[in-house]
Amino acid sequence: MFGLDKKDTSKLIIVACLALLAPFILNPFPTDSALAQFNAGYPDLMQRFVIFGIFAIGFNILFGLTGYLSFGHAAFLGVGSYSAVWMFKLIGMNVIPAIVLSVIVAGLFALLIGFVSLRRSGIYFSILTLAFAQMSFNLAYSVLTPITNGETGLQLTLEDPRILGVSATTDGSIPVTNLFGLEMRSTFEMAVGPWAFQFNAGYYLCALIMLAAFYLSIRIFRSPFGMMLRAVKSNQQRMNYTGLNTRPYTLAAFVISGMYAGLAGGLMASMDPLAGAERMQWTASGEVVLMTILGGAGTLIGPVLGAGFIKYFENIFSKINDNVLHTWFSFLPDGMEDAVVFIIHPFIGKGWHLTLGILFMLVVIFLPGGLVEGGQRIKGWLSRRKAKGSNTSGETNPAE
Amino acid sequence: MGILEVKDVGKRFGGLQALSNVNLSVQENSVHAIIGPNGAGKSTLLNCLVGKLIPDTGSVMFDGQSVLGRAPYEINQMGISRVFQTPEIFGDLTVLENMMIPCFAKRDGAFELNALSSVLRQKDILQKAEHMLEEMNMADKRHMHAAAMSRGDKRRLEIGMCLSQEPRLLLLDEPTAGMARADTNNTIDLLKQISDERDITIAIIEHDMHVVFSLANRITVLAQGTPLVEDDPQNIRGNPKVREAYLGESA
Repeated sequence: MFGLDKKDTSKLIIVACLALLAPFILNPFPTDSALAQFNAGYPDLMQRFVIFGIFAIGFNILFGLTGYLSFGHAAFLGVGSYSAVWMFKLIGMNVIPAIVLSVIVAGLFALLIGFVSLRRSGIYFSILTLAFAQMSFNLAYSVLTPITNGETGLQLTLEDPRILGVSATTDGSIPVTNLFGLEMRSTFEMAVGPWAFQFNAGYYLCALIMLAAFYLSIRIFRSPFGMMLRAVKSNQQRMNYTGLNTRPYTLAAFVISGMYAGLAGGLMASMDPLAGAERMQWTASGEVVLMTILGGAGTLIGPVLGAGFIKYFENIFSKINDNVLHTWFSFLPDGMEDAVVFIIHPFIGKGWHLTLGILFMLVVIFLPGGLVEGGQRIKGWLSRRKAKGSNTSGETNPAE
Repeated sequence: MGILEVKDVGKRFGGLQALSNVNLSVQENSVHAIIGPNGAGKSTLLNCLVGKLIPDTGSVMFDGQSVLGRAPYEINQMGISRVFQTPEIFGDLTVLENMMIPCFAKRDGAFELNALSSVLRQKDILQKAEHMLEEMNMADKRHMHAAAMSRGDKRRLEIGMCLSQEPRLLLLDEPTAGMARADTNNTIDLLKQISDERDITIAIIEHDMHVVFSLANRITVLAQGTPLVEDDPQNIRGNPKVREAYLGESA
């Protein structure tokens, strides 16, 4: 289907189901139950899941295929956000021109940075991209204040021209982002018994774009171009002595992944029309590296899983505080309760980074292929168990 | 006029004159061996031919065109393929994919942004790669990871990859170094077969005299960066100058 083989089609369908049914899947607990705070099915967070999914899918095209570890990809995300907000300020509140411009600008910016950085490989390449990203961050933070509005961040105002729209709505407020009239913030709430499911227009736009981005990445992985990128990772020397010029291949991969990052940035601004320099900071660049490695670099589905995993932790674990812990462990005797809460305390709330760090270490040490490898191992274990079961039932399958 | 003409090539590394006044003419469809004791400059000369090093003086002409100042991939596209001393293959890719990449390079040139069509739809490339694998007797290994193969198989694959580009000149840098006797003989047979059946020129750098005398129909002896003598194998065998260079004056 869609020019994909069976395995890839099923991957695409799985991701499509996860994305389109996310409001249900992420909301397993009734609204009033004690576990409701583990629900992630609210629009803001779901949007972040898929937007960072796009970011990680694009990053994986560069890192997963060519092995070039860019430490400056957040710069493209930030540039995309700024471009989109400028589009909202100058043209109008429709998200399509904003997203298109953010992809184009991020692509051009990636072409410039990639052209310089790809003169080196390995650690030097990483450092060059990091340096460029930090330069961009500092420029956005101070020097380029007329364009970026410095540390306040770029926001919409009532004075913006918006030549294809209105500067202000009839009731005197700033208009909201929309897709040909469909407001991005509009949410339909469906109550089923004790559950409340939220369907947000903006989320579904992001999810559909993410699916398109995922589909495109599968096509790239399976194409001759994708094979060349894997060859670059494997042996550049052989590439050069096989009549292949590695520079344009790596540059194309860099620009494509920069455009994915710009798309993510544009979507971010479309959901919430503001852009700040902190989006370009090196921690943001590091985050996408973590997502990709945690999920499984070089795999198709891994980056999406990694993005979801990290964003879930960031938003859910950071919200657990001592009061919540006390209510959970109130069944224990007083002294025990305090002791347990004391032990868990550093790992929750502001300490969620600690939990994430430990999990990341465990994954990298025991599952170097990321969450995807974990899934494969479970699958292998299950099928072996099944095979064992059928063996004992008298069949003589040759052992493999 | 040979297919490869090396004229007055010199190369200096700091205080070491690695090559000086090297003149070499490789005739089309011949097997030309370049031999010499350690440090004679064989590998330096080879690197000057493929664009890895640029000689300080002299010229290198391939088929009437200068190769100097061109990048390795450009020289390769001119028709010179190189086999390395330790096999350089794409270890993370399957054997079939390894074979497909040079086929793509031959068909599409140094760069082609073919990002949306599936590899499996490139029937002509698949066919050519499969055919080459059969010729190399590796068809049964097509889905193996290339890195998992034995050294002899890696060498075979590398030679096959070079051949699938249909080069006019095949350069081999000690292709049997570190190989067991059986593997060495297999490689000799393979190279013999290649030079008999194909319209190809082979230049080989080699230490092993057994390999050299079973393959070459022209030999250049290099010593201390300069060609000592260039002649037919039977004349080289008895040449006292060659013995001296190899074994020292006492011999």
